[in-house]
Amino acid sequence: MAERKIRVLVAKPGLDGHDRGAKVIAASLRDAGMEVIYTGLHQTPEKIAATALQEDVDVVALSILSGAHMTLFPRVQNLLRESGMDDVLITGGGIIPEEDVEALQALGIGRLFGPGTATSEATAYIREWFQENQSDDRV
Amino acid sequence: MSHVVEPPVPGSADLEREVERRRRELADLEAKLAAWEATAAATPQREDTDFTTVSGQPVRALYTPLDTRDDDYVQDVGLPGEYPFTRGPYATMYRTRLWTKRLFSGFATAEETNERYKFLLARGTTGLSVAFDFPTLMGYDSDDPLCEGEVGKCGVAISSLADMETLFDGIPLDRVSVSMTINGPAIMLYCFLLAAAENQGVPSEKVTGTIQNDILKEYQAQHAWIYPPKPALKIITDIFEWSAAHAPKFNTISISGYHIREAGATAVEELAFTLKNGFAYVEEGIARGLDPDEFAPRLSFFWDVHNDFFEEIAKFRAGRRIWARHMREIYGAKRPESWRLRTHAQTAGVTLTAQQPHNNIVRVAYQGLAAVLGGTQSLHTNAMDETLALPTEYAVRIALRTQQILAFETGVPNTIDPLAGSYFVEGMTDELERQAEEIFAEIDDLGGVVAGIESGYFQARIARSARRFQEEVEAGSRLIVGVNSFEEESESDIEILRIDESAGEAQHRRLAELRRTRDSAAVERTLAALTAAATADDNLMPPMLDAVRAYATLGEIRSALEKVYGRFKEPVAF
Repeated sequence: MAERKIRVLVAKPGLDGHDRGAKVIAASLRDAGMEVIYTGLHQTPEKIAATALQEDVDVVALSILSGAHMTLFPRVQNLLRESGMDDVLITGGGIIPEEDVEALQALGIGRLFGPGTATSEATAYIREWFQENQSDDRV
Repeated sequence: MSHVVEPPVPGSADLEREVERRRRELADLEAKLAAWEATAAATPQREDTDFTTVSGQPVRALYTPLDTRDDDYVQDVGLPGEYPFTRGPYATMYRTRLWTKRLFSGFATAEETNERYKFLLARGTTGLSVAFDFPTLMGYDSDDPLCEGEVGKCGVAISSLADMETLFDGIPLDRVSVSMTINGPAIMLYCFLLAAAENQGVPSEKVTGTIQNDILKEYQAQHAWIYPPKPALKIITDIFEWSAAHAPKFNTISISGYHIREAGATAVEELAFTLKNGFAYVEEGIARGLDPDEFAPRLSFFWDVHNDFFEEIAKFRAGRRIWARHMREIYGAKRPESWRLRTHAQTAGVTLTAQQPHNNIVRVAYQGLAAVLGGTQSLHTNAMDETLALPTEYAVRIALRTQQILAFETGVPNTIDPLAGSYFVEGMTDELERQAEEIFAEIDDLGGVVAGIESGYFQARIARSARRFQEEVEAGSRLIVGVNSFEEESESDIEILRIDESAGEAQHRRLAELRRTRDSAAVERTLAALTAAATADDNLMPPMLDAVRAYATLGEIRSALEKVYGRFKEPVAF
């Protein structure tokens, strides 16, 4: 039985318009064989959570370069939990200082990738997480 | 290979001899070059590079007079301050006046940014450049629920004239020129600035500065838009028209390649998309019935300065020549001021690395040198920590000192366009012009800039180039020091600036106070008049100024126009 495709939502929350990273990562995850949905810009946390639910994704990857990560990651996390999606990996990247990365990971957010990260690193991380956590519960 | 030599004037033996000498010289060179090429082909070359520019342009090992022999010096290069301005927009360039050292800056509240401006002015910066936060860039008030977490984070929060008055408190707006990076809501912030100046006793005729106001590249790259392209272009033309009569010293647009490049475009895509956007604004003005000579002299440009040193210099030079040629030959402008491309430049933020951040000081210095050799009129040098956070004062000071060292210690500004005549730089300038013309033709085939935006042509092309670059870095065919080569186990820590939530809280209080104390009947009346003007397709500047003077907020003004114009919807693709 072929393993099913990993479903990833790449999302840009808030009013931040920097989408170079989000688009590069979305294209690399797609080329690595994942099913990728990209929200486009200027999404509210509510809209992101609703799309995640509707698309039944395994992973939500947020790209934030606006400095609003301490507000937006927990907000999306709470909304996903409220919709019963607590098994979804929340990961992401952007301009996020190291101490904030640690604080967010303490809340249960996954790895956060900073400038200069190879896309292969993010792809490998998502694949490993999926194999450990999700691969056999839905077919 | 053969080359064209003009026939000599009959009877002029001297000229015939000169032509013969030149012919022999080039033939000699061709023969020698063939031998050199054979040697080069038999000699191993380095394998850590494919010898292309950062944009993927092939670079040969050697350039000679054969590369520039088709150039007509007067027609193609000329003198500085003269058509086609390849060597510079002004006759005497830095011999008369150095570039403006303008550092882009803004964070938290108007009050805190006002202090940073005074810090910069006291240390020799010669112009201000306002960075707004995302809510302001998108036309939202700081107390709008959509803005939570973003107020004051990436720039200063300005929600009304009251904030603008605080921003320039104690800074005379008839003496300090102010550049504002604002696009979607450019007209609102422009009116805030004009009204703040008015309250200082400075009439609009005396205000100097620039608004970015380049909406086309927002759809293509930077993404701080509000309205769809057609009404957005109408508003920009309103600004041109009104300012030609009332604010003659103000640069009403800064047509920007910076964000296009930062989003991933190559040098030639930056060059071609930006100039094509510029032509689109000129066409809008002409369609309104304006004479290009009335508004074109106030158009200004803004280039990115990336890592590839000579390609960047050639880009600045090619940009001036292309603009001049099109303005004169295609748009029929008659005044040299309409042909002359003046530009601001900023070192490429995207080249800064989070790894070994001190190395960024060196990158910025090389990029700043390229901008000056390219003949920029003003320059922002990035601080080394800007890929980590907004810059600290310490990092900003080094960025400013980098420009002062360039200006006063290196001797570079002593002579004009010193790389003119370089076979490589002239050849690259010609090549970039040729490739830009090809892209113009491609955009024309799509139906023009707006059609290209609506179909996602620009966005897809920029994303493709960004992807190519990332793949080269990951494959190791393009080396970046500290990122995919020469890495360090432990990174040097640098102190970074942290902006807390207090700016958002302060803005909530300020706006509540404003809404309580202003004359709300006047606000409603002026906003209704603004909506009515938009419906009637009148020039929006006069009713906008009235609403601003009544302390209508940014968000209220945005909504008043949104009723008529609607919002832009992004074609999503990756």
